[in-house]
Amino acid sequence: MKAPVFAYAKPASLAEVFDCLDGGEGVRLLAGGQSLIPSLNMRLSAPTVLVDINHVSALRGISEAGGVVRIGAMTRHHELATSALIASLLPLIAKAVPHIAHQAIRNRGTIGGSLALADPSTELPACCLALDATIIAANRKGERRIAARDFFLGIYETALAPDDILIAVEFPLPGEDAICGFDELARRHGDYAIVGLAAQGVRKGQTWSSLKLTFFGAGDRPLLAEAAAQAVVFGKGIGAAQAALEDALSPSDDGECSAKTKMHLARVLLGRVVETMESGT
Amino acid sequence: MSVIDQMKGLTFLDRPNSYIGRSVPRPNAKRLVQGRGTYVDDLRMPRLAHVAFLRSPYAHARIRGLATSAAKAAPGVIMVATGADIAKVCTPWVGVLTHFKGLKSAPQYAVAIERACWAGEAICAVVANSRAEAEDAIALIEADLEPLPVTVDMETALDPGTPIIHAELGDNLAFERTLDVGDVDGAFRDAAAVVENTFSVGRHTGVTLEPRSIIADWNEGEEKLTVYHSFQAPHMMQDIVCKHLGLPEASVRVVCKDVGGSFGIKVHIYPDEMATVALAKILKRPVKFIADRLESFVSDIHARDHRVKAKMAVSAEGEILAIEMDDLTGIGPYSVYPRTSAVEANQVVNLTGGPYKHQNYRARARVVFQNKVPMCQYRAVGHPIAVMVTEGLVDQAAAAIGMDPAEIRRRNVIRDDAHPSIAASGIKFEKLSHQQSLEKLLTMMDYDGLRKEQAELRAKGIYRGIGLAAFIEITNPSAAFYGVGGARISAQDGCTLRLNPQGGVIAAIGVTEQGQGTESVIAQVVATAVGVPMSDVRVVTGDTDATPYGGGTWACRAAGIGGEAAWQSGKALRANILEVAAVILQSTPDALDVREGKIVDKATGVERMTLAELGRVAYFRPDTLPADLKPEFVVTRHYVPKDYPFAFTNGMQASYLEVDTDTGFVKLLKHWCVEDCGTVLNPQLVDEQIRGGIVQGIGAALFEHCRYDSQGQMLNGSMADYLVPMSSEMPDMEVGHVVTPTASSELGAKGAGEAGTAGAPAAVINAINDALRPFNAHVSVQPARPEEILRALGKV
Amino acid sequence: MTPAAETHTISLIVNGERVTRAVAARMHLVDFLREQLDLTGSHLGCEHGVCGACTVQVDGIAVRGCLMLAVQADGATVVTIEGLTDSGVLADVQEAFLQRNALQCGFCTPGMLTTIAELLTVDPDPSRDTIRDAISGNYCRCTGYHAIVDAVQNVVVARRTKEAAE
Repeated sequence: MKAPVFAYAKPASLAEVFDCLDGGEGVRLLAGGQSLIPSLNMRLSAPTVLVDINHVSALRGISEAGGVVRIGAMTRHHELATSALIASLLPLIAKAVPHIAHQAIRNRGTIGGSLALADPSTELPACCLALDATIIAANRKGERRIAARDFFLGIYETALAPDDILIAVEFPLPGEDAICGFDELARRHGDYAIVGLAAQGVRKGQTWSSLKLTFFGAGDRPLLAEAAAQAVVFGKGIGAAQAALEDALSPSDDGECSAKTKMHLARVLLGRVVETMESGT
Repeated sequence: MSVIDQMKGLTFLDRPNSYIGRSVPRPNAKRLVQGRGTYVDDLRMPRLAHVAFLRSPYAHARIRGLATSAAKAAPGVIMVATGADIAKVCTPWVGVLTHFKGLKSAPQYAVAIERACWAGEAICAVVANSRAEAEDAIALIEADLEPLPVTVDMETALDPGTPIIHAELGDNLAFERTLDVGDVDGAFRDAAAVVENTFSVGRHTGVTLEPRSIIADWNEGEEKLTVYHSFQAPHMMQDIVCKHLGLPEASVRVVCKDVGGSFGIKVHIYPDEMATVALAKILKRPVKFIADRLESFVSDIHARDHRVKAKMAVSAEGEILAIEMDDLTGIGPYSVYPRTSAVEANQVVNLTGGPYKHQNYRARARVVFQNKVPMCQYRAVGHPIAVMVTEGLVDQAAAAIGMDPAEIRRRNVIRDDAHPSIAASGIKFEKLSHQQSLEKLLTMMDYDGLRKEQAELRAKGIYRGIGLAAFIEITNPSAAFYGVGGARISAQDGCTLRLNPQGGVIAAIGVTEQGQGTESVIAQVVATAVGVPMSDVRVVTGDTDATPYGGGTWACRAAGIGGEAAWQSGKALRANILEVAAVILQSTPDALDVREGKIVDKATGVERMTLAELGRVAYFRPDTLPADLKPEFVVTRHYVPKDYPFAFTNGMQASYLEVDTDTGFVKLLKHWCVEDCGTVLNPQLVDEQIRGGIVQGIGAALFEHCRYDSQGQMLNGSMADYLVPMSSEMPDMEVGHVVTPTASSELGAKGAGEAGTAGAPAAVINAINDALRPFNAHVSVQPARPEEILRALGKV
Repeated sequence: MTPAAETHTISLIVNGERVTRAVAARMHLVDFLREQLDLTGSHLGCEHGVCGACTVQVDGIAVRGCLMLAVQADGATVVTIEGLTDSGVLADVQEAFLQRNALQCGFCTPGMLTTIAELLTVDPDPSRDTIRDAISGNYCRCTGYHAIVDAVQNVVVARRTKEAAE
C-alpha cells in the first residue's frame, strides 16, 4: 500500500502557490494531509504534483478585527481547540473540534483542508454554515468571498475553481445572547459521525430570536434545517421541529446505518441539542 | 517448627523460590516497550526482494489471460509470476481431515491459475526491488477476467439453481454433522415452556496489528530455505513447506521472532505466503511479503458467519430439558489448509448447552461454500456462537417461566461434585466448577445490588441491563484435535534445558510467543523446577532448528502443555545437578536441594556451593570428578495430554451496560469474568488474557462485521470502515479465579487465552436484552448495532 | 520555493542526530525512518491513519507517521520510540507498562507510548476517561486497554507522589 509516483513542490508564498497551480490538472494542494495522504497510500488518487502549502505563512493565524474572526486556512484543528480567542468568540467551533478524529490527526489536520475536502460527514463545514461564515478563495486574479451556504455543492464538491486556493475563513461574531449547541452520534470516539448537528442561535431569557441548525452526515453536504429552526424559534414545539426535518435532510443508506435510521437519529439529536441550549446547560 | 516440618506436605509448587503463581513481569517485554522488538518487517538482509500480488476484483472469475509485458518492463521489477509459474515449484493442497467424515474441498493453488474464487484471491505476483515498485508494476498488468456467477448468501448456497463453486464436488456442501441424543421430542412435548430464536453471528476477522508477514530465503549454496514468519506454529509450517516444495526436512528452517498478534489468524497456510516461499526458491534470494491492511481484510481468514436456529425446553421449575439447534455457516470457496474450515461448526455442535445437565440434544451443522474470503479458526473457535445460543435461550427460558437469570443457571449447571461427567454432546469433563464460579461472580459484581440499582434507574427512564453467560472452553488439545485426522500438527511439545557454566539455564521449547507471556511462564516454571533465579533463565522459542519439535501456541496449549514439558524437564535437570553435586560435596542427592542458583543443604537451607562453581568443575575441570561420573546438564522432556482429548475449563461472565433507547447506542459500564484455568502460573498474565479476550468478544458483539454486497464484494475492508474496539468504548473489567487443577499433569494448568472471547458476546447481548425487557424488545444478532436495537424497539 | 521534483534531498534531526538523505516524494515518514534510518521501532499497522502504530513526534507533537511525507520533515526535529527511550523521558511509563503488563505483542506499544507522552505533557493528572479518550486513536488488539489505562494512572500517581516529596 504505497503511494504512486508524484512530484512534490514546496512554495513559500501565495504567488508561488499560484505558479504551481498553473501546472495543470494533476496538481493537488497538500494541506494537513490527513485525508489526502491516506487516499494516496491507497492509490485512490494519483496527482502528478503535490503542492505543499504548509510553509505559506499568509495562510496561518487566528485574528479578530471589525466584528469578524478570521482563521487562516492552514490553522490546525489542535490550534482551534486550544485557542482562547476561539473558545470565547466561537464556542461552537471549540465544541466541535474535539469530535474530529484523534489528537495526532488534529495536530496536523487543518480547517482549510477540511472545508476544501467537503466531506459531508465532517464537523467544520457544518459549523461554517451554522455560523454564517465566509470562505475566502484566491487565485492569480485576486480574492473571492464565498458564503458558506454557497460553498458546499455536494460530496467532496465545492465552489472552488481548479486554480483556487482556500486561504481563510471568516466568521461574524455571534453577538450578544448568542448560544450554541453541538452533538453528534459516532460509533466510536473520533469516528465520522453517523449524523451530527451544529446549532447557533440567539436567545434572550426564554425567547429565541434566531437559530441555525446545520446537520452533517445527513445529506451530500452540510444541510441547514431552516423550517425546523423556525419551528423552534416560534415555539411550535420540538415535535413540529423534528417533523420538519423530513424535507430538510436527505441521508443515504450505508452498510452501518440506513437512511431511515439516520433520519430518526437526526430527530433525536435535534431534540437533545435544542433542549440543552434552552436549558442553558 | 523446623524447616523440615515446614517442607513436609508441600508440593513442588511451594518450593522456597517458587515463581509459580506469582505475577512476575515478562522478561521479554522490556525490549518491546523500547521499540527494540524484531518483527519480520524489521529484519534486514542483503538482496531482499519484495513481492506484491494482483488480486481478483471479482468474487468469481475465469482468468482468460494476463498481459504482463508492461509490468515486466517496469522499473525495479525482478519477476512477474503467474499461478502456473508458481505451481511448477509449489503443489496445491486440499484442506480436509479424515476424522471429519464427508468433509470435502477443492485443490487450492498458491496463486490462482484458472479461476479466482473470491474477491481478493491472488492471481499474479510481482517481485521488485521495493514494495512500491511492485505495486507500480501490478497496476500495469492487464488481466482478462470473465466474471462468473457468484454464490454469496449461505442461506441459498445449497438451493438447486445456485451456482456450484467447484463442479467436481457436486454441490456447495463442504461438511455436515448431525447429532441426536436422548428423547428430544419427548422433552419438548412435556415442557412447561419452549423458547426459540434465530441467532446470527456476523463475519469478522482478526485484524492483528502486525499484518501477516513472511520473508523466505533460499540459499542455493546451502540448499537451505529459511523462512522468517509471523506465525504461531513453526514446525507445522516447516512440514508443509517441505511437502509442497518437495524439500527434505533438513533443508527447511522456520523462524518466528516477535509476532505482532495472532489470535488464530497466523496458524493457517495462506496462498500468498506459500507463493512467497516458492518465489524465494525460484529466485534464490530473500523475498518478503508483508500484507498491507487493505489486502489483509480480503486475504486474512475471516471467522464466524453463523446462523443458528435453536430452541430450548424448560420445566416449570426451571430445569432445562432439551436443546435443539441447527447451525449454518459459510466458509468461502475453500476449506482452509491444514486445519480445515469444518472445525468451528463442529465446535458449535460440541459446545452448545455444554455447561448444563440436560441430556436431550439434537443438533445439525452444515458448512457451505461461497465466494467470500475463506473462513477458518480464530480465537475461541465456535465458542462465542455456542455460548450466545445457549445463554440467549437460557435467559429466554428464565423470562418465560418468570425466574431470575442467575437462579435458572444455579439450577442447571453441572454440579461441581458431579465430575467426571459427559455432556449431552458427548464431550468429557474431568472437573469443572460452575457452581463456585457462579457464586463468586454474583458476589464480585454485587448482583443483588445491581438489580436494585437497575430497578431504581428504570423508574427514571434509564435502561440498564445485566447479562450473564456461563461458558466452557477447550484447552490443552491432545492428538484428537488434528493428528487423528491426518494433519501433521504436533500435539506433544518438548522442552530442552541446558545448564551453563555460570549457572544460567537455557530453555528451548516448541511452544511459541505472540505476546501472551509464553516465554515468561516457561521461565517461571523452569526457574522453579531447577531452583534458579528467573533472571538466570533464557527462553528460546520459535525456531525449528533450535527447539524440540512442538505444536506452537494455539488452542490455549502453551501454558498447559508447554509448561508441563518445561516442568518435567526442569525436575530432570535438577536431579542431574544434585547427582553431580552430591559427589563433589560427599553428600547424597536426597540431602541437597537447588535454591536461588545454589546447592543447599535441604534440611537447613545452608549454602554448600553455587551452581557457578558446579558448572566450573563440570565444564572446565571434569578431570577432578570420578571417572564414572558423567554430568548430563542437558535434558529434554516431552508432554502430551492423554487422559482426556481436551482439558475443559469453565467460567462465568457478566456485563452491565446502559442502552440509550432513543439512539440504540450501548454504553458498557462494567464487565466481570470468573474463570477456572486450573493452576494459575502467573495471575497477571491470566487476567490480561481474559481482559484482552473479553474486548475481542465485545468487538464481535457490538462492532465488528465484514459486510458484503450481493456480488461478494467486501464493503468495509479498511480500518476506517471495519470497526475494531477502541479504548473509549471499552469497559473496565474485573477478573476472578476458581482453581481446579487438571490431574492430567503435575502442574495442573489449563488454558486461559480464549475464555474471555468465548463468553463476552453472550454476556453483552443478554445484557442488552435485559435492558430492553420493559419494551418487550429483543436482539439476537452480532454485531448488535444501534440500528438493530432501534429496530427491535420499533423506532425505525 | 522548493520546485517540483520526484526526489528531494532532506536534512532533519532524528533522535538528536542530524541526517541528510535523498528521498522519493511519495515516501511517507515512517517508511523513511524504518527503511532509510533502520529505526524499526515505529510500526506500520494500516498506512491510512487509523491504527496509531506509526505515531511519532515531529517538532514536539505527536503525528501519524504514515500521514506525513518524509519530504515534509525537511528541517524538522523527529523523535521516535528509540529517541524517547534513550532520553529517558518515558522511562517511568515504560516501567509501568512492564509492571502492569500493559502490552502483549508489543506492536502498538511505541505508538501508544508516544501518544501517552503527549497526554501527560498536556494533562499531568488525567482521569480514566481522559486517558481512554487520549489513546482512542491507538488500536491495541491484545490488552483490551484496561491494563494500559491502569499503567498510565500508576505513572500519574507516582509522579504526583514524587513531586510532593520534592
